[in-house]
Amino acid sequence: MTRTKLTRTRLGATLGLLGGLAVAAPLAADENADLVINGDLKITVRAEAPAHLDGALSEITSGWIYRSDETQQLEMDDFDNPGMIFVDQAMDVWGTPDGTEGKSCASCHDDPAQSMAGVRAVYPKWNEEAGEVRTLAMQINACRESRMGAEKWDIVKSDMVNMEALIAVQSRGIPVNVAIDGPARETWEKGKEIYYTRYGQLELACANCHEDNYGNYIRADHLSQGQINAFPAYRLKNAKLNAVQDRFKGCVRDTRAETFKPGSPEFNALELYVASRGNGLSVEGPSVRN
Amino acid sequence: MTRKLMPMAFVLAAGAATSLAAAEVAPTDVVYDDYGAIEAPLTDAPTSLEDGAKVMTTRSMGNCVACHAVTALESAPFHGEVGPSLDGVADRWSVAELRGIVANAKKTYDGTIMPAFYKTSGYIRPGDAFTGKAAAEPLPPLLTAQQIEDVVAFLTTLKE
Repeated sequence: MTRTKLTRTRLGATLGLLGGLAVAAPLAADENADLVINGDLKITVRAEAPAHLDGALSEITSGWIYRSDETQQLEMDDFDNPGMIFVDQAMDVWGTPDGTEGKSCASCHDDPAQSMAGVRAVYPKWNEEAGEVRTLAMQINACRESRMGAEKWDIVKSDMVNMEALIAVQSRGIPVNVAIDGPARETWEKGKEIYYTRYGQLELACANCHEDNYGNYIRADHLSQGQINAFPAYRLKNAKLNAVQDRFKGCVRDTRAETFKPGSPEFNALELYVASRGNGLSVEGPSVRN
Repeated sequence: MTRKLMPMAFVLAAGAATSLAAAEVAPTDVVYDDYGAIEAPLTDAPTSLEDGAKVMTTRSMGNCVACHAVTALESAPFHGEVGPSLDGVADRWSVAELRGIVANAKKTYDGTIMPAFYKTSGYIRPGDAFTGKAAAEPLPPLLTAQQIEDVVAFLTTLKE
């Protein structure tokens, strides 16, 4: 990517010379940087592509490496990571009873640092009893309804997204390892089909940008592989934690398509498939992105 | 190649005709040759290089520079790198070929990522612009016949 960076730098210099344009060139990304959080938590941001990708990617990479130095740095210390505020908020909710049963998350799961370690890494996951692949959000809602007697949360709203961040943070540094065989296979195949389908008037599949063009710029946007190991993601553009399926929705919308709904069977299948493309990267949420 | 123009009688019947009314080829009437080129202009109205440059650099229009670098349009910031540079593109393609690529590049390059700018149907889950809501086909094309011809006119000036 050296050539790319030279190009961007030259463009920026040219604009500077022309003057009168109050627009900065996109900030350079150091795609070779390593991510260590708080000085000691090593995050795998580059890994060998899983075998099930059949060579579609030579290497899998976290979206963190495509961000500017400044954005990268915000994730390297939890005091700088704005997403951690929402983890704290979720910790309060964790211990607060809700619903007809008078239970909180802590009633059954006690300290999330123990009970939730490794959980994020294996979701979405087949649930034998329910006979379906469940995303983490679905599992949280199942818990709320059946064990707490509480209302379901909207899966893209802050109660849910913040709780997902609290659960994700207990697995930071653990490799994503979602199962795609056995009963999950059918859902995974459905997600794969969606990943490669060219939707909307722009006729774009996920793969067009995130498999064929990662590392390239579309206007000022630096395309990543669209990995989801780092969700929930705190985005500088909307100053909150964002759910992965909300991001899916935005992406499909931007192809000028009728999007799918968060929580739909299509997006649940896509979440399993995209998660599996990141098998081997560390769980990284809550991350910081632009 | 036959130039397909909207029948003048129709235009007159619609009450839209004046002596200045341009005849246009509708998206569904465009004739591509075996290699994806379009011989006949999509409108017989005069073209504007200035408007072509505007379409190429404006997000709500063609936004060609989102994916292609164009030295002649350097005053617009952040040219992308998903597609090839358009510098010298007129040396590599004829006008008919350029027109075909802008209107529907998939007729020239099977499977290309480049959207079709003069096509109205045949989409999977077509949406109402960027609302995320469903829309019934035919959709308005991404660019008008005039905008495509303005872009093509601009592209023909890009010689090394």
